[in-house]
Amino acid sequence: MENLVNVYFFGKKYQVPESLTIMKAMEYAGYQLVRGCGCRNGFCGACSTIYRIKGQTELHACLACQQKVENDMYVATLPFFPLVKQVYDIEKIKPTEQIMMQLYPEIYACIGCNACTKSCTQGLNVMQYIAYAQRGEYEKCAEESFDCVMCGVCSSRCPAGISHPQVAELSRRLYGKYIAPETQHLIDRVKEIEDGKYVELIETLMNKPIEELKELYNNREIEK
Amino acid sequence: MYKYTQEQLDSMKKVEATRQERLNNLFARMSADEKQTVLKENHPDYIETAYEELKVGPNKGGKVLHELADLLQGKSRVLDMDIDLSKPDYDVDVLVIGGGGAGSSAAIEADNAGAKVMMVTKLRIGDANTMMAEGGIQAADKPNDSPAIHYLDAFGGGHFAAKHELLYKLVNDAPDAIKWLNELGVMFDKEADGTMITTHGGGTSRKRMHACKDYSGAEIMRTLRDEVLNRGIPVVDFTAAIEIIKDVEGKAAGAVLMNMETKDIYVAKAKTVIIATGGAGRLHYQGFPTSNHYGATADGLVLGYRAGAKLLYADTLQYHPTGVAEPTQIFGALVTEKVRSLGAQLVNKDGQAFVYSLETRDVTASSIIRECKKRDNGIKTTDGEGVWLDTPMIDMIGGEGTIEKRIPAMLRMFGKYGIDIRKDPILVYPTLHYQNGGLDISADGMTTTVPNLFVAGEAVGGIHGRNRLMGNSLLDIIVFGRNAGKSVGKIYKDIEVKELTLDHVKAFDKELKDAGINATKLSPQLLPNYTKQKDI
Ligand code: FES
Repeated sequence: MENLVNVYFFGKKYQVPESLTIMKAMEYAGYQLVRGCGCRNGFCGACSTIYRIKGQTELHACLACQQKVENDMYVATLPFFPLVKQVYDIEKIKPTEQIMMQLYPEIYACIGCNACTKSCTQGLNVMQYIAYAQRGEYEKCAEESFDCVMCGVCSSRCPAGISHPQVAELSRRLYGKYIAPETQHLIDRVKEIEDGKYVELIETLMNKPIEELKELYNNREIEK
Repeated sequence: MYKYTQEQLDSMKKVEATRQERLNNLFARMSADEKQTVLKENHPDYIETAYEELKVGPNKGGKVLHELADLLQGKSRVLDMDIDLSKPDYDVDVLVIGGGGAGSSAAIEADNAGAKVMMVTKLRIGDANTMMAEGGIQAADKPNDSPAIHYLDAFGGGHFAAKHELLYKLVNDAPDAIKWLNELGVMFDKEADGTMITTHGGGTSRKRMHACKDYSGAEIMRTLRDEVLNRGIPVVDFTAAIEIIKDVEGKAAGAVLMNMETKDIYVAKAKTVIIATGGAGRLHYQGFPTSNHYGATADGLVLGYRAGAKLLYADTLQYHPTGVAEPTQIFGALVTEKVRSLGAQLVNKDGQAFVYSLETRDVTASSIIRECKKRDNGIKTTDGEGVWLDTPMIDMIGGEGTIEKRIPAMLRMFGKYGIDIRKDPILVYPTLHYQNGGLDISADGMTTTVPNLFVAGEAVGGIHGRNRLMGNSLLDIIVFGRNAGKSVGKIYKDIEVKELTLDHVKAFDKELKDAGINATKLSPQLLPNYTKQKDI
């Protein structure tokens, strides 16, 4: 029989196998999850959770679908956190420093406590990417924040009330749209397609008998 | 360090010992005949006892897996309810059911056309398989490539079964889909001069896999979500569609909605309905683990089927060759195909390669199953067995730092359990990944039998045929999501919705009874039930 550990969901004690993640342990205990569960794979940020091990002062943050249970773990899920998301028209804004000042002025109130970085469930340097955003260095902000799953734990710990994931999202879109180099071969190909360049080619293919298509497929040249 | 068993550690040593040699001698590709044989003898799609014949509905006489049959022929949630259709709670031009990439793309394009759009999703916007697509998105935008070559790759990869008009659209609209995403701000991997960094995927003949590191789907999804919110398109979250509403002329005209928490019922009236509910991995067909998100329960197929829409290829599923086999905590999670694109090989317990790494997914998955079940060359794991995926080869081929730069999500996922994929190989086994089949549509995105009912994304059948290539799913989500949004944008102004009705649901129920089926299982299922279980 597998080892059982004691965990406390919202203060109530349950015994669960020690190999389980927090998410699976909650289900094992009998919870039918509706909130706080999305991809179950560490990509969507639905399952933000905070926990403390009995007797220790440190408060931990994690994704429930990724974190294993431990003995004497006190768990509270954070299925929703009121992040501030400002709306803007991506076609109209420009990647200038002003745009952050307009949309997310609170980032300039960062007191440098680093609580965001310490709590990041993805291990990102959150305070650093906010610093980049403050300076309008969107490429750096975009790169540094790229693995963000927007779980919101950082924001829950921020004394300045910053919505870090939304600041990062804006930076990434600014970078992707305005700063990253344009792709000429893409623009060219789209134009060719608009001009109908491939219509005949594909239609000829479509109208071939299956046997002939099989021939073509099985003998097609493959790029090294 | 992860606690591997002694047997696993010993086998890992053998993998290490043969690495250099394998690096220099690639395993040969299979011939067409060899592929047929390995598929027939090993692929789960060929296990006849897993299937049953549908007794009612548009596909009566067709075969689907038991788990899906139970739902398609299940009991509607609205039968015992007293629903007043004359006073809708919502009245919109376009109702989008589903909050993933297809639904969001559709909503944005319908919004562009000036329609009043509303999205409903049983979880949150972005809780979708799109978010988890790691590997990339195909588009023939390089000079040595063309939509025609893309067409042949996809048609052959799907075993020559794709619907021509749909596949045509997929490949021809692909470059524009990438351009559209890029202009929304999606950060594609590019060279300094703007050239897209593209790689092969299983079954591609040109390097046309575009990526955003190994967060491709996540990057696309979070951008689309941000755009939906910027436009102020209402997103009713934690609200499931539980039945399509029609009008007395038989056109789709809305949906019955249910709040997932309070169970309150709402009526949404709409001139057009777009089903973008995604896949079905959480039905755990044939007991397989899945890489899918929590809500992947085939709801859209059930909604559409009961409303009279036909299914196409609903009998074929994609088992992704490389699901996590160990550690047990992430059993079934996806190991992106990109790991193989970058050079990692599949290796058996003795350290021998047994398949060319970039065969199509079904062939690769079948080869792994054969290696384990028929040849007894698998490695025992906590939940079953698996084979090695030799990740350290990636940095040997691409140079140190390749893993960190190109597949950071994989590095992190295994790192959490004390496994450094740069140093040690990982254990994998096929996982239920994708629903190849779905609702039958024509090129405009509308179902072939129910007017004004559209479908986009994984809930569609026929785009890919009976197997799908890596990177064509993210693509189909964008192409067919946008397509559906544009199509409804063109017609909504001319649609007049007549009196609403749910008579088709009652009629379906009667058909069930007449066929001797006493349906008890409520459907659509909405969520899997994992309570009190250990092995999920
Ligand atoms: S459920 Fe998506 S990150 Fe945990």
